[in-house]
Amino acid sequence: MLDIRNLQVSVDGKAILKGIDLQVKAGEVHAIMGPNGSGKSTLVQLLAGREGYAARADAVLYQGAELLGMAAEERARQGIFLAFQYPVEIPGVANVYFLKAACNAIRRHRNLPELDAIDFLALIRSRLKLLGMDESLLYRPVNAGFSGGEKKRNEILQMAVLEPTLALLDESDSGLDIDALKVVAGGINALRSPQRAIVLVTHYQRLLDYVVPDRVHVLADGRIARSGDRQLAIELERTGYADTPAGHPAPPASRA
Amino acid sequence: MATESMQLEALISREYQHGFSTTLETDSVPIGLSEGVIRLISAKKEEPEFMLEWRLQAYRHWLTMSEPEWSTVHHPAIDYQAISYYSAPKARRDGPSSLADVDPELLRTYEKLGVPLEEREILSGVAVDAVFDSISVATTFKEKLGELGIIFCSFSEAVREQPELLKHYLGSVVPYTDNYFASLNSAVFSDGSFCYIPPGVHCPMELSTYFRINAINTGQFERTLIIADRDSYVSYLEGCTAPMRDENQLHAAVVELIALDNAQIRYATVQNWYPGDKEGKGGIYNFVTKRGECRGDNSKISWTQVETGSAITWKYPSVILKGDNSQGEFHSVALTNHYQQADTGTKMIHLGKNTRSNIVAKGISAGHGHNAYRGLVKMAKSAVGARNYSQCDSLLLGDKCAAHTFPYIEVKHPSARVEHEATTSRIGQEQLFYCQSRGLSAEDAVSIIVNGFCKEVFQELPMEFAVEAQKLLGVSLEGSIG
Repeated sequence: MLDIRNLQVSVDGKAILKGIDLQVKAGEVHAIMGPNGSGKSTLVQLLAGREGYAARADAVLYQGAELLGMAAEERARQGIFLAFQYPVEIPGVANVYFLKAACNAIRRHRNLPELDAIDFLALIRSRLKLLGMDESLLYRPVNAGFSGGEKKRNEILQMAVLEPTLALLDESDSGLDIDALKVVAGGINALRSPQRAIVLVTHYQRLLDYVVPDRVHVLADGRIARSGDRQLAIELERTGYADTPAGHPAPPASRA
Repeated sequence: MATESMQLEALISREYQHGFSTTLETDSVPIGLSEGVIRLISAKKEEPEFMLEWRLQAYRHWLTMSEPEWSTVHHPAIDYQAISYYSAPKARRDGPSSLADVDPELLRTYEKLGVPLEEREILSGVAVDAVFDSISVATTFKEKLGELGIIFCSFSEAVREQPELLKHYLGSVVPYTDNYFASLNSAVFSDGSFCYIPPGVHCPMELSTYFRINAINTGQFERTLIIADRDSYVSYLEGCTAPMRDENQLHAAVVELIALDNAQIRYATVQNWYPGDKEGKGGIYNFVTKRGECRGDNSKISWTQVETGSAITWKYPSVILKGDNSQGEFHSVALTNHYQQADTGTKMIHLGKNTRSNIVAKGISAGHGHNAYRGLVKMAKSAVGARNYSQCDSLLLGDKCAAHTFPYIEVKHPSARVEHEATTSRIGQEQLFYCQSRGLSAEDAVSIIVNGFCKEVFQELPMEFAVEAQKLLGVSLEGSIG
């Protein structure tokens, strides 16, 4: 699904990622952890097509196609989805309208018939129900005036509607109370399937109690310092990132 | 700035080479302006004496005036003696003979706007028989309206057939002394629309210049007069939403609205004159005076405008709130892209007691566009308990455009209340990336963001107009994302 070889990224001349190798197969859930500033967000944003990065790599392949140089909307249409750490507000544009436009842009690309308002409403209602979310969310402007938790849940709703093949989640758990965390985790788990891959960026092990990863990677100073299974996350929770090579002090465990 | 003024100079010199003199037929007057030319125009239109007198008074007054310089727009001096002030619709052989001869870029734009094929031909200046369909449509409506006592006709026709109404109302809101461009218009106006709604009549359909085929090739000095007698209602749509192939440079129109007791007039404009090309060459100078007077108690006038065209827009649709409890509204979206300039806004003059006005102005600047909101809210001594609320929002795309807000407030009665709010925001890379990461193209993303920004104004437009306005914004912003 995703095959990254020797990815190096810099921003304004400053090296952020210094040679990342990462392979994610369909059906897998990978968690990327690591201290602040280690390049986790940069990695997923780059994969989603954010501009402003100077990137080079031996290869960044998604379903066999080279990603670098592909426009963000093209990646989205081919099934890549990024849940933003800080979802962006679009005043005056109803959430439901925005999602329908996105959904149909992707369907057009896949030569599927566009959904009309009635079919789309049926689809989105089923997703709302699945996520236990309120329908009033649909008619409010995209993220405008949303609480932090509502924004994160709205990202998960978008993901559930757009049904990506590769979902990248950038700290979708941060700032959530336990109930909201369960909703978000439930949304992610509902999307798990043998055809999909999910990459979670998170600071804390907490989310991984609900979404059990197949692989855990620790990013430190622009490199993958350690990789392992779920036990690695649990271990990190106890010891912090201090022991990881080239690592930085981890956030205190009590904050988790 | 230097390049900009150079571009505009190029615009002018280029425009003046083409334009009027080459395409004129025998039914035209030579370039230049004089009393003789005005007499000729009036004679060609077979006008009664009072009309000629009025034109001449306006002309003599205009001679004493000079062009206003207070606005933010910049353009080289206009040579008023280099313009022809009367030309009949172009002869067929001047235009392209079929759609195959029309600029494909233009056709693509029409396609995007969803303009039907026949209309595309009309708009492209191709003379086709479809034109006559529109004439019959206009006639049908006219008969139906006539049964209700509504008079809806061309201005020229009104001059000949409704002299009493005209004498009473013409210039009563915008006198020929009002301003430089209004005076010029009063002297040389070519045609326009006239509308009278009798007492107690609710006009059953949206009236529009669109239905009048002569509007398409009407010259650059239109004049519109709408009178809503007591207890009547009319909604009027102005302009064509498709890009017109128009070689005119100066467009100086005057619109006067009069609402008597309990009457309501809604006036909506979607203005999309040729804005010039990407380098700022060509395009219309749109210097327009629009004013309504709530003359009767409890009357209401609302202006809604979507301005996306013209190289320069200079326009302040205003309301004089004379009757007690009368209401004025102004809802505006003004978009400037490439090298377009807009200085637009409104004036709300509160004279009557408990008068209300509401202003929602949305300015969008892209490319090297300059956009200024200029608004005056005046509460006279007599305006006891009057209220105004103004909201001006600016949206910037890119870092080479500019937005300005100039609110003027004069309050002469202590019980009057005026509120003004203004915001400026920028479409950021962050918003664009967010939309794109959901599969939307950059163009669709900008269109969605901008339409969200304009939502409050679009809600004021009649449904089908709102849809077209949305599409128009999308088309007008093409190429604004680098």
